[in-house]
Amino acid sequence: MKRSHEPIFWSLFGAGGVLSALVAPVLIFITGIIAPIGVWMPHEALDYPRVLGFAQHWFGKLLILAVISLFLFHAVHRIYHGLHDLGVHAGTGAMIAAYGSALAGTLITAYLLIAVGFG
Amino acid sequence: MAQVRAYVRPMAGWWRRNPYFVRYMIREGSSVFLAIYAVILLAGLFRLAQGPAAWDAWRAALASPVSLVFHWLALLTVGYHAYTWWKVAPKTAPDLRWGNRPLPELVITAGGWAATIGASVLVYVLVRWL
Repeated sequence: MKRSHEPIFWSLFGAGGVLSALVAPVLIFITGIIAPIGVWMPHEALDYPRVLGFAQHWFGKLLILAVISLFLFHAVHRIYHGLHDLGVHAGTGAMIAAYGSALAGTLITAYLLIAVGFG
Repeated sequence: MAQVRAYVRPMAGWWRRNPYFVRYMIREGSSVFLAIYAVILLAGLFRLAQGPAAWDAWRAALASPVSLVFHWLALLTVGYHAYTWWKVAPKTAPDLRWGNRPLPELVITAGGWAATIGASVLVYVLVRWL
């Protein structure tokens, strides 16, 4: 029997599900709502030197990579399987596009985390 | 030749016929918002790597009305995902036991919700004051 890739994708889906259930709402609330309108979060909190310092620290890099990569793997897994619910019977091409884009997002994030340098 | 006229139940809009399936589709649909949000963060990292001016331009874009509406919708749908993720956790998590007895479902679910609230407070405090 051909081995299935599903356990790998399900693990990434599950890890992304846990991480996003824990921190996605508060991250969306901070970066997308209260910081831009300047309520409950001072504008300086996300100033360039501060965020750069975070992205240059090894632990900050780890958190950024985990958030972006696992959110993507979680989302593409649900979108790929959700296509069936919408009457689209997706084949291998859609599968490669889904998980491939999450992998691409992960690799670009890793590259950018190296490009911003180390503090 | 006689045509076979088999009845095929129409499936278009199936999920709108039942509130349970509507909630299911909202939960699954939250992943579209989550994916876009991850790409927005990735764009922010890209702009950060380009320097202070690019970073400030990214921040200004996030203050636009379109962005604010998107993030409110994302907050609602992804918040619903967080709620349901812990709600089904007793069925999806490995067999958790306290002593010899399985943990009650309510303990696992409430524990997950408490973890989300705790993590949210922690992230807020760290972003604001650290």
